[in-house]
Amino acid sequence: MVRSPKCECAPVSMLNVDNLSVWFGNGRDRVDAVRNASFNVNRGASFGLVGESGSGKSTILRAVMGLTPNWSGAISVDTKPVDKTRQKSFYKVVQMVFQDPYASLHPRHSVDQVLGETLYLHGFRDIDARVVKLLDDVGLGGKFRFRYPHQLSGGQRQRVAIARALAPKPSILLLDEPTSALDVSVQAEILNLLTDLRTEHGLTYIMVSHDLSVVGHMCEQLAVMKDGEIVEIMEVETLRKAQASHPYSQELLAASI
Amino acid sequence: MVDIQTWRAWLLTDTPTSRRHAKLSTLYQGWLSFRGNTMAMVGLWILILLLLTAFAAPLLAPHDPFAQDLANRLQPLWSDGHAFGTDSLGRDILSRLIYGSRITLYIVALVALIAPISGLLVGTVAGYVGGWTDQVLMRITDIFLAFPRLVLALAFVAALGAGIENAVLAISLTAWPPYARIARAETLTIRSSDYISAIQLQGAGAMRIITKHIWPLCISSLIVRVTLDMAGIILAAAGLGFLGLGAQPPSPEWGAMISEGRRFILDHWWVATMPGMAIFTVSLAFNLLGDGLRDVLDPKDSEK
Amino acid sequence: MTLLDVENLWVKFPSRQGVFDAVRGVSFTLGRERLGIVGESGSGKSMTGRAILRLIRPPGIVTADQISLEGDDLMLKSERQMRDVRGQRISMVMQDPKFSLNPVMTIGQQIIEAYRLHNKARKSEAYAKSLEMLEAVSIRDPERVMRAYPHEMSGGMGQRIMIAMMLIPNPEILIADEPTSALDVSVQRQVLSIIDKLVTDRGMGLIFISHDLNLVADFCDRVLIMYSGRIVEVCDADKLHDAQHPYTRGLLNSLPRLDAPCDKLQVLSRDPAWSEAPSVSARL
Repeated sequence: MVRSPKCECAPVSMLNVDNLSVWFGNGRDRVDAVRNASFNVNRGASFGLVGESGSGKSTILRAVMGLTPNWSGAISVDTKPVDKTRQKSFYKVVQMVFQDPYASLHPRHSVDQVLGETLYLHGFRDIDARVVKLLDDVGLGGKFRFRYPHQLSGGQRQRVAIARALAPKPSILLLDEPTSALDVSVQAEILNLLTDLRTEHGLTYIMVSHDLSVVGHMCEQLAVMKDGEIVEIMEVETLRKAQASHPYSQELLAASI
Repeated sequence: MVDIQTWRAWLLTDTPTSRRHAKLSTLYQGWLSFRGNTMAMVGLWILILLLLTAFAAPLLAPHDPFAQDLANRLQPLWSDGHAFGTDSLGRDILSRLIYGSRITLYIVALVALIAPISGLLVGTVAGYVGGWTDQVLMRITDIFLAFPRLVLALAFVAALGAGIENAVLAISLTAWPPYARIARAETLTIRSSDYISAIQLQGAGAMRIITKHIWPLCISSLIVRVTLDMAGIILAAAGLGFLGLGAQPPSPEWGAMISEGRRFILDHWWVATMPGMAIFTVSLAFNLLGDGLRDVLDPKDSEK
Repeated sequence: MTLLDVENLWVKFPSRQGVFDAVRGVSFTLGRERLGIVGESGSGKSMTGRAILRLIRPPGIVTADQISLEGDDLMLKSERQMRDVRGQRISMVMQDPKFSLNPVMTIGQQIIEAYRLHNKARKSEAYAKSLEMLEAVSIRDPERVMRAYPHEMSGGMGQRIMIAMMLIPNPEILIADEPTSALDVSVQRQVLSIIDKLVTDRGMGLIFISHDLNLVADFCDRVLIMYSGRIVEVCDADKLHDAQHPYTRGLLNSLPRLDAPCDKLQVLSRDPAWSEAPSVSARL
């Protein structure tokens, strides 16, 4: 079964990361989480970052979002470089979905509050209508609107997190292992939802995962990371044909089958 | 009966239809949890009784708490018209206890408002902002923590004169640091959560995050801590009253009553013991209430 | 040769909204084989493992026609007698060694304690046996590990230490509850091969609980698939991909596969009939 190309991949760079290094701590306690990572993602494309725990893949996403204070290198979004402190306009273009659905929603805020506050902060005032539309877009009906997180299942929480990320109408979504904490059947639903949303809204995805088959399904290109460095960037087709060049990539592939 | 059933179903629903509905539902379920704890309910009833007593003091007290009757001094329990006896000036102890409950409530309410709220403010700001602000605020907290309560009260009395307001001020000034510590510790844990990162990614400022995201999570542990501290606060006020630094005679403050009865403890034990029992009961009630609230607000296996 | 015989196991949790049945009428036998129990969250698979060891505290209620360990009915034992069974005859390895190893004791202290709980031995003998056990789980520097604390160990090492600790009293059955879910893919293989070797060498029975169908199919001899507290299908592991029940097929088909690309994954549509049908018995 051949997959039809989903993007009108006009080669406009949507996210470009050049020589990115991220570290925690200073002096003797310094830990280099990411070292000289470089990659480019075009508009409408879906890019995967794979590696084991500690490889730095989630750290790259957090650095792009501005959640890590110590970084060096160059990041540009939509060909415009990003400065050290993120402006609010940045968050209208780039949004993130976190890994753990049980930790990414405030335990005392209802779904309505979460989405409403996000919309308010981004300057929208027709909040009611937008909340209803967002819930619809992610496949949750109106009856979930006033529930609290502890009344939602893992899959439902993740849908709310996706709705929250979509609220400011971003162009890029950073997905940090969005389905690794979910059951297999729920994972299929969420991955399908993400696929649909990408087509509908013309989004660009950067997806982190430790699961090669998930990345194989969702992405066209991927980078393999080990110990903070990108060891190889390849097309997913290459992965499928088991033609990875770097020995570590081959190891990873062998272990997943 | 049908009406109550539908109300109950409405409140226990899984799909609330509006913000108000959701909040009421959560409150109701919390109440049901609390109600299941017998000892906590005992504590609650005692405190409701205290409130009612204070409120209806003029109706309940058999005598004027200030009326002296030297001919009738130091009457024992169950004597004529004096269920709890009389003190050294012939005043009815029961009436003084009843009016004294107002003073106890006054002290408790004032301290409960001042100490935790200032602690919350200092602690959450220090915890969230970090850096120098954190250091400075925490050192200020340490300084106040180092003050012995009684010495501070003495200083206030010397400067401003004795009185119950000054006693309350002294107690509040030494009671707020532990709340700041708790609030700061909670803030540090919460600060690194994904949901805080998520709201930062929407461009939320520090004020919004602290007030709308961090405070709701700190408030439950603070409420629990306040109720558990109440006992200590009442005793502190009693202690100050005992030393003559708090409520002044002829005020029927319970601690002051114990102080006055001190001299007669061997032959006329009830003069000091009855107010002592009152303090004991109210402190115990607060402790039980606090335990019950903690089980509801801060259960160990919440969320997951 | 049947090691464990579970018949009609029910685990119920009374709550304000009524009684919740976590496990409903599960029956199976375990010989000297590797039995996999697969299910999603809420299927009752972990509860089944815990019920066998009577680790479910009130208000949970556990009932069964029998849970016999080599003819000895565990349901009839007192708590004191169960303490002799746990660890000695049936052992359990759990998911995250971070949470199952005591952080304030050295590893050596914990393994030695585990040994001496079930064997009257002097410290020196226990120490020697512990070193042996650590070598059996492929830990290359056992003396150093004995002196170290759990937080100094990586996930894979922690799990191997857990296995060593659980197997040192030489139990007949090992229950492994998602033992590799918290580990990286490459380390998973290592840990699984260690479990494999030990279980085969000692002729133990293994109950392997997991949510990962493919992993279980690879590793076990027989597989039970659980849904909503019931067993919906039993089959031999090598025949898993020919499974009949729609739930199992649905699970298999909803996994993304590198070698079979598709646009959209098949979504499992849950049929309420699956949870209403009676549990399939896996007793031989």
